[in-house]
Amino acid sequence: MNRRSFLKTTAATAVVAGAGSLPAFAADEPLKIGFIYVGPVGDMGWSYQHDQGRKAIEEAYGDKVQTSFIENVPEGPDAERALTQLALEGNKLIFATSFGFMDAVMNVAKKFPDVKFEHATGYKRADNVATYDAKFFQGRAIQGTIGGRMTKTNKIGYIASFPIPEVYQGINAAFLAAKKVNPDIEMKVVWAYTWFDPAKEADAAAALIADGVDVLLQHTDSTAPQAKAQEAGNVITFGQASDMSSFAPMPRVSSTIDNWAPYYVKRAGAMMDGSWASEATWGGIDTGMVEIGEISDAVPAEVKAEALQLKDDIGSGKVHPFTGPLNKQDGSAFLADGEMATDEQLHSMTFYVEGITAEAPK
Amino acid sequence: MIVGGIDIVSLTATLMGASTPVLLAATGELVAEKSGVLNLGVEGMMIMGAVAGFAAAVATGNPVMGFAMGAVAGALMATLFAFLTQKLLSNQVATGLALTLFGLGLSALIGKGYEGVRPPPTAKLDFGPLSDIPVLGRILFSHDWVVYLSLLLVAVVWYVLRSTRAGLILRAVGESHDAAHALGYRVVTVRFAALAFGGALAGLGGAYLSLVRVPQWTEGMTAGAGWIALAIVVFASWRPWRVLLGAYLFGGITALQLQLQAAGYAIPVHILSMAPYLITIIVLVILSAIHRHGVQAAPASLGKSFHASS
Repeated sequence: MNRRSFLKTTAATAVVAGAGSLPAFAADEPLKIGFIYVGPVGDMGWSYQHDQGRKAIEEAYGDKVQTSFIENVPEGPDAERALTQLALEGNKLIFATSFGFMDAVMNVAKKFPDVKFEHATGYKRADNVATYDAKFFQGRAIQGTIGGRMTKTNKIGYIASFPIPEVYQGINAAFLAAKKVNPDIEMKVVWAYTWFDPAKEADAAAALIADGVDVLLQHTDSTAPQAKAQEAGNVITFGQASDMSSFAPMPRVSSTIDNWAPYYVKRAGAMMDGSWASEATWGGIDTGMVEIGEISDAVPAEVKAEALQLKDDIGSGKVHPFTGPLNKQDGSAFLADGEMATDEQLHSMTFYVEGITAEAPK
Repeated sequence: MIVGGIDIVSLTATLMGASTPVLLAATGELVAEKSGVLNLGVEGMMIMGAVAGFAAAVATGNPVMGFAMGAVAGALMATLFAFLTQKLLSNQVATGLALTLFGLGLSALIGKGYEGVRPPPTAKLDFGPLSDIPVLGRILFSHDWVVYLSLLLVAVVWYVLRSTRAGLILRAVGESHDAAHALGYRVVTVRFAALAFGGALAGLGGAYLSLVRVPQWTEGMTAGAGWIALAIVVFASWRPWRVLLGAYLFGGITALQLQLQAAGYAIPVHILSMAPYLITIIVLVILSAIHRHGVQAAPASLGKSFHASS
């Protein structure tokens, strides 16, 4: 904040304080909305999609809103600094768009009770902290179906990021769906311990491909695994978070797209009409928060039809990727016959399901 | 040759490519630090090399042009750093950190139009029948020219620093710039040259990242490789061959731990993930402890500002 804007802000505050009964922001004062991203907006994946949502807010409300963002914010103490900075700059609604920002959001939210926070993929809430998430695992089930049908080596590789429920859901959903169409399937998991590190993601992809994997799923945010698969030639991949269509039709045969825009627009609107409340949102294919990208011609027509059917069934609620009978990897029961996993059960999923041979991080 | 589900030959071949960016950057930084300047901007120079190299290779369709431009971009960044720290006598640590931030930002700006673009492929050198030799052929004769260049550079740096007059002057400047100045050597000129060389190598390493190893341009794609290079120089006690060992050890264990995971080994993943850092540091520290020679490893004038008047 430079001196001039400081003076302006102080003056504005004084006016508001003097007027007493005026609303917190006058009609001609735009609503300031801030974002922090874990990667660069140019990752063409996760953070890129969140930034598309930010742009959608600007498009929907024009000069009634003013948005800003801080990219490449590491998960950890630095996130608190970034969030505090956004709050001090006068942002009234702040989106924190990665799981690891959770504690930072809670700490900063306590210090700024008048600022509303939205935390993506987390589970801690407060009066001024809402959470939102998308059921990415629904997309994983469709990827698993396509992968299980198309693999020749019966090995599916998964570049995992961090051992948190969201990632376990993805691995398990992909495995179960693939297993359903191909009982011989084997799941290979490599934990990269990063959301964004193109070189490491490329190495992980290379290691999996060297191990005989010909279907590659990634839970990391860059397009590096796509480039490695393209180099290998006979490996198929799926766009992660964003469509990654520049790698279509091969290796990228389909994608899961996180469409945050409608949610962001809705929440910004709620801020403006005063109806904002802390809540937990978990959208899926049904609400459009999870979209399935164009299935390319590299996929046989009948497999494509099967995948689209599954998409419709998940969307209508007829099929749930986690339906019993289902055991955990250690053999203990998870779901009884016909039972569908509840959101709570999924939110605390930190185990592999039965049939995955890899070792889960402890 | 497969041991316990891991193909040792392909692992060795992989690690040489995977380690090359860090090796190049670390070799360059070693020369800069030997001249007595601590340049913490390696990450920034690397990423500028990555984006400039990528842009040049895409524009000309020639990866060699890409590597050349990557080196030039790195050298330009280093020259900027040299001007600030050697002419204007700014603080080296702060300037180096600023150089990294500047490089990350500027590269993101330049790279905007290059996301999702494919670079022209860098061909592997053709050694004819040599690459058909079992085991050794795959390990030694299956790489692109930059890998061999990086090894050659390590050897050249080692030889020049150890056995030539130029190397002696460079080391003299790094050990005691006042004494070197009193003897009539141009301290600032030597440091400009050493920094530019270091920057060129960092830029070359960055270009290798975006043109061969990943290969694509993504914002922030160096993701800390520059800092690894800096750490390796310190733990290698400023010795070129140990830098090579450190870089290959780090790259090798990184590749190995991912392959162990893919092969489904029941080793806790956390331990595997920290193994590259841990083992590289332990090995290099032990080596330094054994070969102590009773001298301080760091150049004595490292990080100190020099002005002819003092």
